[in-house]
Amino acid sequence: MADQLQPTKSRFPGAGLAKGLAVTLRTMTKKTVTEQYPDAQPELPPRTRGVIGLFEENCTVCMLCARECPDWCIYIDSHKETIPAATPGGRERSRNVLDRFAIDFSLCMYCGICIEVCPFDALFWSPEFEYAETDIRDLTHERDKLREWMWTVPAPPALDPGAEEPKEIAAARKTAEKLAAQQAAPAAPATAEPQPAPSAGEPRRPASSAVPHAEEQARAAEHPTRAQGDSRQQTDQPRQEGQE
Amino acid sequence: MNDVLDVALRLLVVFVVFLTFPLIVGQTEHKVMAHMQGRLGPMYAGGFHGWAQLVADGVKFAQKEDVVPAGADRRVFQLAPAVALLPYLLVLLAIPIGPSEGAVGQVIDAGVFFVLAVMGVGVLGSLMAGWASANKFSLLGGLRTAAQLLAYELPMLLAAASVAMAAGTVSLPGILDAFEWWWLPWQIVGAIVFFVAGLAELQRPPFDMPVADSEIIFGAYTEYTGLRFALFLLAEYAGIIVLCGLTTVLFLGGWHGPWGADGLGWVWTLLKTAVLAFIVIWLRVTYPRLREDQLQKLSWTLLVPLSLAQIALTGIVKVVIQ
Repeated sequence: MADQLQPTKSRFPGAGLAKGLAVTLRTMTKKTVTEQYPDAQPELPPRTRGVIGLFEENCTVCMLCARECPDWCIYIDSHKETIPAATPGGRERSRNVLDRFAIDFSLCMYCGICIEVCPFDALFWSPEFEYAETDIRDLTHERDKLREWMWTVPAPPALDPGAEEPKEIAAARKTAEKLAAQQAAPAAPATAEPQPAPSAGEPRRPASSAVPHAEEQARAAEHPTRAQGDSRQQTDQPRQEGQE
Repeated sequence: MNDVLDVALRLLVVFVVFLTFPLIVGQTEHKVMAHMQGRLGPMYAGGFHGWAQLVADGVKFAQKEDVVPAGADRRVFQLAPAVALLPYLLVLLAIPIGPSEGAVGQVIDAGVFFVLAVMGVGVLGSLMAGWASANKFSLLGGLRTAAQLLAYELPMLLAAASVAMAAGTVSLPGILDAFEWWWLPWQIVGAIVFFVAGLAELQRPPFDMPVADSEIIFGAYTEYTGLRFALFLLAEYAGIIVLCGLTTVLFLGGWHGPWGADGLGWVWTLLKTAVLAFIVIWLRVTYPRLREDQLQKLSWTLLVPLSLAQIALTGIVKVVIQ
């Protein structure tokens, strides 16, 4: 590449001119790159930032997206509802109910911070991009429109072969394996022949004796904590090279 | 009465060719240039691959207001497009496309002389436009046109003279009658010089310094609008037709072809002209514009000596074979 950029002395005068002609002629025989957009829809990559879709079942009105938005283009209204106690003598719970969720796409700069920051996966990128309006005020889209766009969100692209397992799946699998081991352990002395270990990744209802332990681990699986090896980075000691 | 009809018919045919062929070249340029740049070019006008794009352009130009600047030399300004366009129509009249008497608008004995003289007049249109516009960019463009005309008319004439020497006649049908296939390698240098000098005279890229739109807006045509501007553009494309036709007739053997029946000579002429027109477009897409001094240098230090050498070669061979 580098030696192509440098002017080279060629033996024949006009070799450079001929090369130029060859380039244009070759380009003519190749396929053009023109997108015939209104006639043919473009093929967009799966992570295209077209529009933001809202999956409002996941929204808890935590307002993180509205607070983090650099353009302040997210409008959220909500009210609190009280849920009567589930058990007699229990405490009443309150919960946020979403009244309005709107994004002003005339202000939005498509940074995607709201999507990044949402802790409950309520916001998603959709490749949908045909929502031009003739009035700028019509670009403020309310929750029903954002919900419609939610259904245009494509499935996440497949992981690369040999990629690291997603954290959620890894944690769930670990928990399931532990549960299976616990279930197998008390069963072993009781019967003469041990049961075969249940297949990994399939969470089974734990035996009654192991209930308190198992519930704790199931909760751990829902909110995976930092992996064991990473915690060392948080200590004050400088990391030593070559120790691993 | 029959003579009148004959003349009228010939004039009509030449006029129709004059109006349609430049449009075909223009459309081809749209498409070829687009594909050479990885684009599609016009796709909508007319429905099928934008075939009517230039018709639509013409309609657009016709609708526009014809503005004459307040400080312009009115009469000269308005006359300039006609002076630029009409010479090419006259030249087209003299180009033979087939061997028979009916395949040329008008047989002119001093054909080469007539054709080159009248083509030189076409450049005068740009000069008039540049001077009459009362605009500094137009004036710059006009002066550059003049410099270019002076530089490139000479090699063009010398190259054409070489062919006339070889054939022993200045009549275009006469040159074609004398043509042998081995003239092609014999006159190849002259052909290239003629073609390149003709391109420069048409102010086609890469020799479009007089209209260099990135520095002097549009040269001599800066102040033109509407139909008059369209006429200048038409003159450029008619010029391509004329130049390619002349190169075909003078150097490539016109209606002579390796095979084909007697009646199909005109197909050869049109085919060669079309190939040359494609090369004109190809060169435009490929090369960047020559600077003004490079332009002059190319003519005076390369094309003029080459054409003189071609004349010497022609003379030597002519003496040897006699």
